[in-house]
Amino acid sequence: MATPVSQMTPIPNKDAFRSGMRAGIPVAVGYIPIAIAFGLLAKSFDMPNIITLAMSLFIFAGASQFIGVQLIMAGSMYWEIVLTTFILNLRHFLMSASLSQRLETTSNRFLAAIAFGVTDETFSVASTRDESTRGHFVLGLNLIAFLAWNVGTWIGVFLAFGLPASVQTSMGIALYAMFIGLLVPSLTRKPVIVVAAIAVLTQAVLYFGVSPLIPLSSGLSIILATIVAAGIGAFLYKEDEA
Amino acid sequence: MISLFLLVLAMAFFTYIPRLVPLLWLRDVKLPPLLKRFLLFTPYAVLASLIFPGILSATNSLTSALAGGAVAAALALLRANLMLVVIGGIAGVYLVETLL
Repeated sequence: MATPVSQMTPIPNKDAFRSGMRAGIPVAVGYIPIAIAFGLLAKSFDMPNIITLAMSLFIFAGASQFIGVQLIMAGSMYWEIVLTTFILNLRHFLMSASLSQRLETTSNRFLAAIAFGVTDETFSVASTRDESTRGHFVLGLNLIAFLAWNVGTWIGVFLAFGLPASVQTSMGIALYAMFIGLLVPSLTRKPVIVVAAIAVLTQAVLYFGVSPLIPLSSGLSIILATIVAAGIGAFLYKEDEA
Repeated sequence: MISLFLLVLAMAFFTYIPRLVPLLWLRDVKLPPLLKRFLLFTPYAVLASLIFPGILSATNSLTSALAGGAVAAALALLRANLMLVVIGGIAGVYLVETLL
Protein backbone atom coordinates (compact mmCIF):
# COMPACT_ATOMS: atom_id res chain seq x y z
CA MET A 1 0.00 0.00 0.00
CA ALA A 2 2.70 2.47 1.01
CA THR A 3 5.00 1.75 -1.95
CA PRO A 4 5.50 4.93 -3.97
CA VAL A 5 3.72 4.51 -7.27
CA SER A 6 6.83 5.40 -9.28
CA GLN A 7 8.64 2.36 -7.91
CA MET A 8 5.99 -0.18 -8.84
CA THR A 9 6.12 -2.02 -12.11
CA PRO A 10 3.15 -0.71 -14.08
CA ILE A 11 0.35 -3.18 -14.67
CA PRO A 12 -1.07 -3.36 -18.22
CA ASN A 13 -3.88 -0.93 -19.07
CA LYS A 14 -6.35 -3.77 -19.51
CA ASP A 15 -5.68 -5.07 -16.00
CA ALA A 16 -5.92 -1.59 -14.51
CA PHE A 17 -9.28 -1.16 -16.28
CA ARG A 18 -10.57 -4.49 -14.94
CA SER A 19 -9.33 -3.71 -11.47
CA GLY A 20 -11.23 -0.41 -11.66
CA MET A 21 -14.42 -2.22 -12.69
CA ARG A 22 -14.04 -4.55 -9.71
CA ALA A 23 -13.42 -1.63 -7.36
CA GLY A 24 -16.62 -0.07 -8.69
CA ILE A 25 -18.91 -2.99 -7.81
CA PRO A 26 -19.98 -1.52 -4.43
CA VAL A 27 -20.82 1.73 -6.20
CA ALA A 28 -22.84 -0.14 -8.82
CA VAL A 29 -24.74 -2.06 -6.15
CA GLY A 30 -25.55 1.20 -4.39
CA TYR A 31 -26.60 2.91 -7.61
CA ILE A 32 -29.11 0.38 -8.93
CA PRO A 33 -31.81 0.85 -6.26
CA ILE A 34 -31.41 4.64 -6.36
CA ALA A 35 -31.64 4.67 -10.14
CA ILE A 36 -34.75 2.44 -9.93
CA ALA A 37 -36.24 4.93 -7.50
CA PHE A 38 -35.38 7.73 -9.93
CA GLY A 39 -37.11 5.90 -12.80
CA LEU A 40 -40.17 5.27 -10.61
CA LEU A 41 -40.32 8.88 -9.45
CA ALA A 42 -40.08 10.24 -12.99
CA LYS A 43 -42.78 7.83 -14.11
CA SER A 44 -45.07 8.81 -11.24
CA PHE A 45 -44.68 12.43 -12.41
CA ASP A 46 -45.61 11.39 -15.99
CA MET A 47 -42.22 12.36 -17.33
CA PRO A 48 -41.81 10.99 -20.88
CA ASN A 49 -39.71 7.79 -20.71
CA ILE A 50 -37.24 9.03 -23.30
CA ILE A 51 -36.50 12.13 -21.23
CA THR A 52 -35.96 10.08 -18.07
CA LEU A 53 -33.59 7.72 -19.87
CA ALA A 54 -31.79 10.63 -21.55
CA MET A 55 -31.21 12.24 -18.14
CA SER A 56 -29.37 9.19 -16.83
CA LEU A 57 -27.47 8.84 -20.11
CA PHE A 58 -26.32 12.46 -20.49
CA ILE A 59 -26.37 14.00 -17.01
CA PHE A 60 -25.32 11.06 -14.78
CA ALA A 61 -25.74 12.93 -11.49
CA GLY A 62 -28.25 11.54 -9.02
CA ALA A 63 -29.20 14.58 -6.97
CA SER A 64 -29.52 16.83 -10.06
CA GLN A 65 -31.77 14.35 -11.80
CA PHE A 66 -34.11 13.89 -8.83
CA ILE A 67 -34.35 17.63 -8.26
CA GLY A 68 -34.57 18.24 -12.00
CA VAL A 69 -37.64 16.01 -12.33
CA GLN A 70 -39.28 17.68 -9.35
CA LEU A 71 -38.56 21.18 -10.63
CA ILE A 72 -39.74 20.37 -14.15
CA MET A 73 -43.01 18.99 -12.84
CA ALA A 74 -43.42 21.94 -10.45
CA GLY A 75 -43.24 24.15 -13.56
CA SER A 76 -40.01 25.93 -12.63
CA MET A 77 -38.30 28.15 -15.16
CA TYR A 78 -35.71 26.32 -17.22
CA TRP A 79 -32.91 28.70 -16.24
CA GLU A 80 -33.68 28.05 -12.57
CA ILE A 81 -33.40 24.30 -13.15
CA VAL A 82 -30.10 24.64 -15.00
CA LEU A 83 -28.70 26.98 -12.34
CA THR A 84 -29.74 24.59 -9.54
CA THR A 85 -28.03 21.73 -11.39
CA PHE A 86 -24.88 23.79 -11.75
CA ILE A 87 -24.73 24.82 -8.07
CA LEU A 88 -25.49 21.29 -6.94
CA ASN A 89 -22.62 19.89 -9.00
CA LEU A 90 -19.99 22.54 -8.33
CA ARG A 91 -18.70 20.21 -5.63
CA HIS A 92 -17.42 17.96 -8.42
CA PHE A 93 -15.04 20.78 -9.30
CA LEU A 94 -13.18 20.10 -6.04
CA MET A 95 -13.19 16.36 -6.69
CA SER A 96 -11.90 16.67 -10.26
CA ALA A 97 -9.26 19.10 -9.02
CA SER A 98 -8.16 16.56 -6.42
CA LEU A 99 -8.16 13.80 -9.04
CA SER A 100 -6.17 15.97 -11.45
CA GLN A 101 -3.24 15.90 -9.02
CA ARG A 102 -3.24 12.10 -8.80
CA LEU A 103 -3.68 10.98 -12.38
CA GLU A 104 -0.60 10.30 -14.43
CA THR A 105 -0.31 11.78 -17.90
CA THR A 106 -2.95 10.79 -20.42
CA SER A 107 -4.52 12.38 -23.48
CA ASN A 108 -7.13 15.10 -23.16
CA ARG A 109 -9.71 12.87 -24.85
CA PHE A 110 -9.15 10.22 -22.23
CA LEU A 111 -9.43 12.82 -19.46
CA ALA A 112 -12.67 14.09 -20.99
CA ALA A 113 -14.08 10.55 -20.77
CA ILE A 114 -12.96 10.17 -17.15
CA ALA A 115 -14.40 13.58 -16.21
CA PHE A 116 -17.89 12.55 -17.30
CA GLY A 117 -17.94 9.80 -14.67
CA VAL A 118 -16.77 11.84 -11.66
CA THR A 119 -19.46 11.45 -8.99
CA ASP A 120 -19.37 11.57 -5.18
CA GLU A 121 -19.18 7.80 -5.12
CA THR A 122 -16.69 7.08 -7.90
CA PHE A 123 -14.44 9.86 -6.59
CA SER A 124 -14.61 8.46 -3.06
CA VAL A 125 -13.50 5.03 -4.24
CA ALA A 126 -10.85 6.45 -6.58
CA SER A 127 -9.28 8.70 -3.98
CA THR A 128 -8.88 5.93 -1.43
CA ARG A 129 -7.14 3.56 -3.88
CA ASP A 130 -3.50 3.71 -4.88
CA GLU A 131 -4.31 2.45 -8.39
CA SER A 132 -6.24 5.62 -9.14
CA THR A 133 -3.10 7.21 -10.57
CA ARG A 134 -3.97 5.05 -13.59
CA GLY A 135 -6.45 6.56 -15.98
CA HIS A 136 -7.66 3.11 -17.03
CA PHE A 137 -8.45 2.21 -13.42
CA VAL A 138 -10.60 5.31 -12.96
CA LEU A 139 -12.27 4.80 -16.33
CA GLY A 140 -13.24 1.21 -15.43
CA LEU A 141 -14.56 2.36 -12.07
CA ASN A 142 -16.61 5.18 -13.62
CA LEU A 143 -17.91 2.99 -16.42
CA ILE A 144 -19.38 0.27 -14.20
CA ALA A 145 -21.05 2.95 -12.07
CA PHE A 146 -22.47 4.60 -15.22
CA LEU A 147 -23.77 1.26 -16.53
CA ALA A 148 -25.44 0.45 -13.20
CA TRP A 149 -27.04 3.90 -13.07
CA ASN A 150 -28.53 3.46 -16.54
CA VAL A 151 -29.61 -0.16 -16.06
CA GLY A 152 -31.33 0.89 -12.82
CA THR A 153 -33.12 3.74 -14.58
CA TRP A 154 -34.40 1.36 -17.28
CA ILE A 155 -35.64 -1.06 -14.63
CA GLY A 156 -37.39 1.77 -12.78
CA VAL A 157 -39.07 3.03 -15.94
CA PHE A 158 -40.06 -0.28 -17.56
CA LEU A 159 -40.33 -2.80 -14.74
CA ALA A 160 -42.02 -0.50 -12.28
CA PHE A 161 -43.52 -3.30 -10.14
CA GLY A 162 -40.14 -3.50 -8.41
CA LEU A 163 -38.96 -4.70 -5.05
CA PRO A 164 -41.00 -4.85 -1.83
CA ALA A 165 -41.12 -1.40 -0.22
CA SER A 166 -39.24 -2.55 2.91
CA VAL A 167 -36.29 -3.75 0.84
CA GLN A 168 -36.32 -0.56 -1.22
CA THR A 169 -36.09 1.77 1.77
CA SER A 170 -33.39 -0.40 3.34
CA MET A 171 -31.33 0.14 0.20
CA GLY A 172 -31.39 3.88 0.88
CA ILE A 173 -28.54 3.35 3.33
CA ALA A 174 -26.31 1.62 0.74
CA LEU A 175 -24.29 4.61 -0.45
CA TYR A 176 -23.90 6.00 3.06
CA ALA A 177 -22.65 2.62 4.25
CA MET A 178 -20.15 2.77 1.40
CA PHE A 179 -18.97 6.26 2.39
CA ILE A 180 -18.51 5.00 5.96
CA GLY A 181 -16.63 1.96 4.67
CA LEU A 182 -14.30 4.26 2.73
CA LEU A 183 -13.75 6.87 5.44
CA VAL A 184 -13.39 4.78 8.61
CA PRO A 185 -10.24 2.84 7.58
CA SER A 186 -8.52 6.20 6.83
CA LEU A 187 -9.17 7.50 10.33
CA THR A 188 -5.86 6.21 11.64
CA ARG A 189 -3.92 9.44 11.09
CA LYS A 190 -4.60 12.48 13.23
CA PRO A 191 -4.81 15.04 10.39
CA VAL A 192 -7.45 12.94 8.62
CA ILE A 193 -9.45 12.55 11.85
CA VAL A 194 -9.28 16.31 12.46
CA VAL A 195 -10.34 17.16 8.89
CA ALA A 196 -13.26 14.70 8.98
CA ALA A 197 -14.37 16.00 12.38
CA ILE A 198 -14.28 19.62 11.20
CA ALA A 199 -16.31 18.68 8.12
CA VAL A 200 -19.01 17.00 10.24
CA LEU A 201 -19.02 19.91 12.68
CA THR A 202 -19.39 22.44 9.85
CA GLN A 203 -22.21 20.40 8.34
CA ALA A 204 -23.93 20.26 11.74
CA VAL A 205 -23.70 24.05 12.09
CA LEU A 206 -25.03 24.55 8.55
CA TYR A 207 -27.80 21.98 8.96
CA PHE A 208 -29.08 22.89 12.42
CA GLY A 209 -27.99 26.54 12.63
CA VAL A 210 -28.01 28.12 9.18
CA SER A 211 -30.42 26.23 6.92
CA PRO A 212 -33.53 26.94 9.07
CA LEU A 213 -32.81 30.65 8.47
CA ILE A 214 -31.28 30.68 4.99
CA PRO A 215 -32.21 27.82 2.64
CA LEU A 216 -29.03 25.96 1.63
CA SER A 217 -28.97 23.20 -0.98
CA SER A 218 -27.20 20.02 0.13
CA GLY A 219 -24.71 20.54 -2.71
CA LEU A 220 -23.78 23.99 -1.47
CA SER A 221 -23.38 22.90 2.15
CA ILE A 222 -21.13 20.03 1.02
CA ILE A 223 -18.97 22.55 -0.85
CA LEU A 224 -18.78 24.87 2.17
CA ALA A 225 -17.97 22.09 4.65
CA THR A 226 -15.33 20.63 2.32
CA ILE A 227 -13.62 23.99 1.81
CA VAL A 228 -13.63 24.77 5.55
CA ALA A 229 -12.35 21.33 6.61
CA ALA A 230 -9.76 20.77 3.87
CA GLY A 231 -8.68 24.42 4.21
CA ILE A 232 -8.06 24.17 7.96
CA GLY A 233 -6.27 20.85 7.40
CA ALA A 234 -4.02 22.47 4.78
CA PHE A 235 -3.10 25.27 7.20
CA LEU A 236 -2.51 23.00 10.20
CA TYR A 237 -0.54 20.14 8.71
CA LYS A 238 2.51 19.59 6.52
CA GLU A 239 2.57 17.82 3.17
CA ASP A 240 3.63 14.37 4.44
CA GLU A 241 0.76 14.28 6.92
CA ALA A 242 -1.98 14.85 4.38
CA MET B 1 -40.83 17.45 -25.80
CA ILE B 2 -38.06 19.06 -27.86
CA SER B 3 -37.70 21.82 -25.26
CA LEU B 4 -37.51 19.21 -22.47
CA PHE B 5 -34.78 17.45 -24.38
CA LEU B 6 -32.88 20.71 -24.80
CA LEU B 7 -33.25 21.29 -21.06
CA VAL B 8 -31.70 17.87 -20.39
CA LEU B 9 -28.78 18.77 -22.68
CA ALA B 10 -28.30 22.09 -20.87
CA MET B 11 -28.34 20.30 -17.51
CA ALA B 12 -25.84 17.78 -18.88
CA PHE B 13 -23.55 20.58 -20.08
CA PHE B 14 -23.56 22.40 -16.75
CA THR B 15 -23.00 19.15 -14.87
CA TYR B 16 -20.05 18.25 -17.08
CA ILE B 17 -18.20 21.58 -16.90
CA PRO B 18 -17.21 21.40 -13.19
CA ARG B 19 -16.10 17.80 -13.73
CA LEU B 20 -14.05 18.54 -16.83
CA VAL B 21 -12.34 21.90 -16.31
CA PRO B 22 -10.00 20.93 -13.42
CA LEU B 23 -8.97 17.66 -15.08
CA LEU B 24 -8.01 19.40 -18.32
CA TRP B 25 -6.40 22.58 -17.02
CA LEU B 26 -5.23 22.01 -13.46
CA ARG B 27 -2.93 19.06 -14.18
CA ASP B 28 0.04 20.86 -15.63
CA VAL B 29 -0.25 23.85 -13.33
CA LYS B 30 2.33 23.88 -10.54
CA LEU B 31 0.08 24.37 -7.54
CA PRO B 32 1.26 26.20 -4.40
CA PRO B 33 1.92 23.74 -1.52
CA LEU B 34 -0.99 25.06 0.51
CA LEU B 35 -3.45 24.38 -2.32
CA LYS B 36 -1.89 20.99 -2.93
CA ARG B 37 -2.44 20.04 0.72
CA PHE B 38 -5.98 21.37 0.45
CA LEU B 39 -6.65 18.99 -2.45
CA LEU B 40 -5.04 16.07 -0.58
CA PHE B 41 -7.44 16.62 2.31
CA THR B 42 -10.44 17.10 0.01
CA PRO B 43 -11.44 13.38 -0.21
CA TYR B 44 -11.77 13.02 3.56
CA ALA B 45 -13.61 16.32 3.92
CA VAL B 46 -15.98 15.31 1.09
CA LEU B 47 -16.65 11.86 2.56
CA ALA B 48 -17.42 13.23 6.02
CA SER B 49 -19.73 15.94 4.62
CA LEU B 50 -21.52 13.39 2.45
CA ILE B 51 -22.19 11.10 5.42
CA PHE B 52 -23.53 13.78 7.74
CA PRO B 53 -26.31 14.98 7.73
CA GLY B 54 -27.44 13.03 4.62
CA ILE B 55 -27.52 9.72 6.46
CA LEU B 56 -30.15 11.03 8.90
CA SER B 57 -32.80 10.97 6.17
CA ALA B 58 -31.51 7.99 4.18
CA THR B 59 -34.28 5.63 5.32
CA ASN B 60 -37.82 5.75 6.71
CA SER B 61 -36.74 6.50 10.26
CA LEU B 62 -33.83 8.07 12.09
CA THR B 63 -33.47 4.93 14.23
CA SER B 64 -33.03 2.57 11.29
CA ALA B 65 -30.63 4.96 9.54
CA LEU B 66 -28.47 5.19 12.66
CA ALA B 67 -28.60 1.40 13.11
CA GLY B 68 -27.50 0.85 9.51
CA GLY B 69 -24.74 3.43 9.93
CA ALA B 70 -23.56 1.79 13.15
CA VAL B 71 -23.39 -1.67 11.57
CA ALA B 72 -21.45 -0.24 8.62
CA ALA B 73 -19.05 1.62 10.93
CA ALA B 74 -18.48 -1.49 13.06
CA LEU B 75 -17.73 -3.62 9.99
CA ALA B 76 -15.46 -0.90 8.60
CA LEU B 77 -13.55 -0.77 11.90
CA LEU B 78 -13.02 -4.53 11.59
CA ARG B 79 -11.57 -3.81 8.12
CA ALA B 80 -14.30 -5.83 6.42
CA ASN B 81 -14.49 -5.80 2.61
CA LEU B 82 -16.34 -2.72 1.27
CA MET B 83 -19.09 -4.86 -0.23
CA LEU B 84 -19.68 -6.50 3.16
CA VAL B 85 -19.89 -3.07 4.80
CA VAL B 86 -22.61 -2.06 2.32
CA ILE B 87 -24.58 -5.31 2.72
CA GLY B 88 -24.24 -5.10 6.52
CA GLY B 89 -25.60 -1.56 6.50
CA ILE B 90 -28.61 -2.60 4.38
CA ALA B 91 -29.25 -5.63 6.63
CA GLY B 92 -29.07 -3.43 9.75
CA VAL B 93 -31.70 -1.06 8.38
CA TYR B 94 -33.90 -3.91 7.16
CA LEU B 95 -33.84 -5.65 10.57
CA VAL B 96 -34.66 -2.51 12.54
CA GLU B 97 -37.45 -1.54 10.14
CA THR B 98 -39.11 -4.95 10.19
CA LEU B 99 -38.64 -5.55 13.93
CA LEU B 100 -39.67 -2.12 15.24
